[in-house]
Amino acid sequence: MPETPSPSILRFENVTVSFDGEPVLRDVSFEAFEGESRVILGAAGSGKTVLLKTALGLLRPDSGRVLAFGKDLGAMREAQLFEIRSRIGMLFQESALFDSLSIEQNVAYPLLNQKSIRCPASEVHGRVEEALDFVELGGTLEKFPSELSGGMRRRAGIARAVVTKPPLVLYDSPSAGLDPITAHTIMALLIKERDMAQTTTILVTYRYQDGNLMANFRYNSKQGRLEPARQSGGPLPRTTFMVLREGRLVFEGDQDRLEATADDYISKFCKQRE
Amino acid sequence: MLDLLKEPVLAVQEFVVLGGSAFRNIFRKPHYLDDVILQMDTIGVGSLVVVVLVGLFSGIVMALQMSRALAQYGEVEKTGTLVAITLARELGPVLTAIMMAGRNSSGIASELGSMKVTEQIDAMRALGTDPIQKLVTPRLEATCFMLPLLTVIADFVGLFGGWVIAVVKLNLTSRLYWNSAWQALEWNDVAQGLLKPLVFAVVVSLMGCFYGLRTTGGTQGVGRSTTQAMVAATIMIFITDVMITEFFVSQGAS
Repeated sequence: MPETPSPSILRFENVTVSFDGEPVLRDVSFEAFEGESRVILGAAGSGKTVLLKTALGLLRPDSGRVLAFGKDLGAMREAQLFEIRSRIGMLFQESALFDSLSIEQNVAYPLLNQKSIRCPASEVHGRVEEALDFVELGGTLEKFPSELSGGMRRRAGIARAVVTKPPLVLYDSPSAGLDPITAHTIMALLIKERDMAQTTTILVTYRYQDGNLMANFRYNSKQGRLEPARQSGGPLPRTTFMVLREGRLVFEGDQDRLEATADDYISKFCKQRE
Repeated sequence: MLDLLKEPVLAVQEFVVLGGSAFRNIFRKPHYLDDVILQMDTIGVGSLVVVVLVGLFSGIVMALQMSRALAQYGEVEKTGTLVAITLARELGPVLTAIMMAGRNSSGIASELGSMKVTEQIDAMRALGTDPIQKLVTPRLEATCFMLPLLTVIADFVGLFGGWVIAVVKLNLTSRLYWNSAWQALEWNDVAQGLLKPLVFAVVVSLMGCFYGLRTTGGTQGVGRSTTQAMVAATIMIFITDVMITEFFVSQGAS
């Protein structure tokens, strides 16, 4: 593969994170470039969520460095991290919508609270509606998170993550606990966001199908649905797969290499394909 | 042995850090005034009924008990004095604070605890707000404003309860009761009657926030931190009460 000219967006250098002396991420290093999609596969407890939280600076590594947009997060204080975080969208595992706020207030939250965004108050409502229309939840502005189904909450979570139009979006198990049809809808939204806003995407999941969709499908904005990237004739989305096992990065490479691997643990993920 | 001590020492350190930044945030931007007012409503107005009831009954019981003790010395007309002093110095502040610990320390701990286990605290940090600034400081400010007010209300309702007993059961005149109650109170009593609720307010709100924010382990963890917050707040109320009382007693003696 030729040397990529895109700038580095997120870089982990020998990162170790531990809780109570027990390491949950061990010596993880990788680098994600602009416009790239990364699919991180791993079983429950393999450190997927911890990796995303470390990338946001919510958790501090015990050793190693994390660089987002070329800046070392370890050298920053919490107040300085807010500027970096405003450029990263994050969908939490169970959406983490604020129970006490309506969907509109939830989606407006980053617009009103991220200091570096400075969205004029008059524009907030329009941008919230736009973000909710994007995830096809237009009529739920007044509703509260407890009134929505799991899939709808996930969609509202995506709207909140992308309302500020961040160049990097992190998704923590977006399809976990959903039925196959809803899971597919959510994945279609992720790909829509990636292809329409040209965001760098990091997707953490235990389902290989999600990664497969990411790697081989594109969003067709005319027909409003996904289609195989080969069919549309364009280049395949630049997708890199990573596999985490008990906190260690055991695989990094493209889909063909992933499927060709002989490792037992890694090939177990690919077998779920059907 | 050292390992055994490590955890409580770390917890105390964490609590001091939390308290420190909560106080520092009072003077720092941004100020979430909406949240302060919302908390004043839940913590203050929401506790009004229970505080009034506790004040009323403690006044009634004090009047009944004291009248019996005073009757031995033939000084039943001093009932007002005793009711006023015990309420202003001890019962008003302590009982109100304990009700607040039961109602609000646990309420705050369960609210923040649920937010913690559903990653809402992380989301808050990811979306550009400091959880201490947004959640802890407004609760601290609201409690510090409302608890002294509620205590004063409890004191007056208690005096009213004592008055009902004095007039109906002890056959004292209203004038005698209120005069003796009024004259009994000194500057020292009022000062400790107002300082105590302020200190207890810090205890009630910070204990709730502290246990809420360090919740782990899902819904079960929320239940655990709710109980811990209430128990710890109640114990701390008694400990600080002894310290403040001792200070004012030695002040009064000198």
